[in-house]
Amino acid sequence: MPTIRQSNKALTVNPLRVSQPMGASLAFMGLARAVPLEHGAQGCTAFSKVFFTRHFREPIPLQTTAMDHTVTVMGADDNVVEALATVATRHAPEVVGLVTTGLAETQGVDILRCLAEFRAGRPEFAGLAVVPVNTPDTEGCLESGYALAVEAMIVNLVPETRQAGRLRDQVNVLAASMLSPGDVDAVRDWLAAFGLRARILPDLGTALDGHLDAGGYSDLTTGGIGRGELAGLGESAATLVIGASMARAADLLKARTGVPDYRFDSLMGLARCDAFTQALVDITGRPVPERIERARAQLADAMVDCHFPLGGARVAVAADPDLLLAWTDYLAGLGAATPVAVAAAQAPSLQRVAAEEVVVGDLEDLEAMARSLGVDLLVGNSHAAPSALRLAKPLVRAGFPLHDQYGAHARARVGYAGSRDSLFELANLLAGQRNEIAPYRSIYRTDAPRGPDAAGCFRADPCC
Amino acid sequence: MTPSEIQALMDEPACAHNAKGKTGCAKGKPGATQGGCAFDGAQIALLPIADAAHIVHGPIGCAGSSWDARGTRSSGATLYRMGMTTDLSGIDVVMGRGEKKLFHAVKEAVDKYDPAAVFVYHTCITALQGDDIEALAKAAAERFGVPVVPVDCAGFYGSKNFGNRIAGETLYKHVIGTREPDPVPESAQRPGIRVHDINLIGEYNIVGEFWQVAPLFDELGLRILCTLAGDVRFHEVQTMHRAELNMVVCAKAMLNVARRLEDDYGTPFFEGSFYGIADTSQALRDIAARLGDPDLARRTEALIAREEAAARAVLAPWRERLAGKRALIFSGGVKSWSVISALHDLGMDVVATGTEKSTEEDRARIRALMGADARMIEDNDQAALMATCRDYGVDILIAGGRYLYPALKSKLPFLDINHERDFGYEGYAGIVELARQLGHAIANPIWAQVRARPSWTAPRLALVA
Repeated sequence: MPTIRQSNKALTVNPLRVSQPMGASLAFMGLARAVPLEHGAQGCTAFSKVFFTRHFREPIPLQTTAMDHTVTVMGADDNVVEALATVATRHAPEVVGLVTTGLAETQGVDILRCLAEFRAGRPEFAGLAVVPVNTPDTEGCLESGYALAVEAMIVNLVPETRQAGRLRDQVNVLAASMLSPGDVDAVRDWLAAFGLRARILPDLGTALDGHLDAGGYSDLTTGGIGRGELAGLGESAATLVIGASMARAADLLKARTGVPDYRFDSLMGLARCDAFTQALVDITGRPVPERIERARAQLADAMVDCHFPLGGARVAVAADPDLLLAWTDYLAGLGAATPVAVAAAQAPSLQRVAAEEVVVGDLEDLEAMARSLGVDLLVGNSHAAPSALRLAKPLVRAGFPLHDQYGAHARARVGYAGSRDSLFELANLLAGQRNEIAPYRSIYRTDAPRGPDAAGCFRADPCC
Repeated sequence: MTPSEIQALMDEPACAHNAKGKTGCAKGKPGATQGGCAFDGAQIALLPIADAAHIVHGPIGCAGSSWDARGTRSSGATLYRMGMTTDLSGIDVVMGRGEKKLFHAVKEAVDKYDPAAVFVYHTCITALQGDDIEALAKAAAERFGVPVVPVDCAGFYGSKNFGNRIAGETLYKHVIGTREPDPVPESAQRPGIRVHDINLIGEYNIVGEFWQVAPLFDELGLRILCTLAGDVRFHEVQTMHRAELNMVVCAKAMLNVARRLEDDYGTPFFEGSFYGIADTSQALRDIAARLGDPDLARRTEALIAREEAAARAVLAPWRERLAGKRALIFSGGVKSWSVISALHDLGMDVVATGTEKSTEEDRARIRALMGADARMIEDNDQAALMATCRDYGVDILIAGGRYLYPALKSKLPFLDINHERDFGYEGYAGIVELARQLGHAIANPIWAQVRARPSWTAPRLALVA
């Protein structure tokens, strides 16, 4: 178990932490025909929108209640009602995620009362689902805000039922924020290989995978799990919970539906993947499909091939807690150590991070520790790139935001194939880091004059 | 080469193989042969002459698959890393254009790359069609004003080892003795230190590993006239005949050079190794003793004491992790015993060693190190070797690159000891690197994971009960 140390600085430099409201908004982007509505100043939302647009290279549906200084003092509840009505009128979403920001929370908003006011005053929008969630950015990070939103979705959109297992080939997946759209799709395929239909909450895989469709631009999400599907989660055979931050959401879902769940901290690395595959065997009673076995054998072979550069490698990882846990655990399974582990925020799962010490801090902490302790490679978001440059070490991009590479958000790092793909990336970067032995030139060494020697002879042969 | 010339070269009087069926230069057995050819061996031995152009005269199969694939490093010139070949086509062969093409190839190499010398390598096809590279080299040297050295090393002449010997013979015939060494630079003279000139024969400076040892030679006042062949220049090879002493570092293959230098110039030679603390110290001691310089011997002892203490201090934590681990070494020739000593330095057990290319003398050394009933493995069949590893319960196989993937497929930790490896193990610094690599290879957590059967294939306890 690592010691967990809060970086005690007055000044955060190069922040790692992304706000809770942004995490909550992200989660709502995994619902179909949805739009997150941030209750705060318009700038909060503008920043969020740019952040996610650059990360996903997609238009991002996101609205704001546009609090100004007057309503901040005098009361901004009317803004919420007005914003909900406007969004409902203009875009006709199925779901609005009502996300509070630090400003609204500091003001002391009672978001449930605002919602009640909206319901009472605007009965014409009774069909619109609104999911309120309190996510002050004074606490937590993207991951926790995302998790709070998923919890709110379950409470508001999943009815209390006792029909678990009615659909034997359907399983629920609670997908934490550490999973990219590519990861989510990899999980979907994994389940499909066992003949299972996945209900993924939230489903960023279909929403933010980056697809051009006939509908063109939309102000709402263009994928994600639908309300009808959400209402049917209680009929599934099982729930697969991926990411420690989904624990409370999993408790809620189980309490509301009685669907048994299987929980996983990570799906990176052979052992973690095997645990997931085993769960699918247990759920379905089916043998492991050949293509899964094959992918497993390919990962095992890659582990063997790549263990030379990985063995003893020292890696610095900076990420939200779930992702930090997944990466450190993955690296440890490959023989690499994580002497520098930086978490964006506190979380119970930090206790399970595979490192001697976890610092809750920023990218300045990452850089300083990487420099003093010595590492071969960094894992972090795109903001870590300048640190990596200063340290002259390669960076593997993971987390939020990933804005300096194409396709980074779509990459699958989970599952046998994703683990293998990441392993090759790590091995190549580490092999490139190998220090050559420095050339040594003897003090006695002389350079030969070119041209004919004293005897006027060009030829090597002494007979000439 | 004519059969009689080949036979003459095979009969190397200084080689212990000579008496006993020439085990080291054994003929390949059709259907059960591994390892390189004479061309490969000659090229390996000569490529480290870094400021020369090395032109492979033959079809693309010879150079195409082997260029820039060796671990030898240069501190300056990089010409040796450029693959050069006459790339003969079918028409060239049919029409007999090989020699002409080679002549032009030498010209282009000289014009474009200004080499200190050009080495021209015969291959099977060109030897078969009877290209006279000897005459061609002579003519080209005169025409282009650059030494051109013909290396008659067609692959079918024999094994890689034999190719090494051809390389040595070629250098002896065409290069060594054609230049006098420069005087010792004034800047390198230190009061009270008498400079001795020596050669290292069979040192390839793989991944620069000799650079870990070279500063010790400078410190002791030992000028290395030529390292044959690692990080060396053509003009240095030319001066080899002036050394006071030759150390044969690796393999018997170029023993012919040392023996001829002894015959013709009276230069004594001895065999040694820089793998492991004990062997490195012994090599330095032997040099001092054979040079008969008591002051050098005294300074050598002081240096050894200092370096050994430093290395042992760094090694201590690794020794703890490696003590008692079982290794099987499968590497021919000198490494079959020199690495044993290095592993003993680390407290490891060597359960068996390969002797495919080892001489009787090598075997005697193995017996001295491992005991009279040392298990020696002649067979170079990979499957059989893997089975042996399993039978002996070894923790790691130490061998050349071609055993790497068979070992990994067998889920067996592996350490590459040959030319293709990524790490330098020579000298006092090298043993620390060796320990580190062994430690990481053996202790890596992937082994347990890939050996374990997935949970869904294990018998269910419920079913058993």
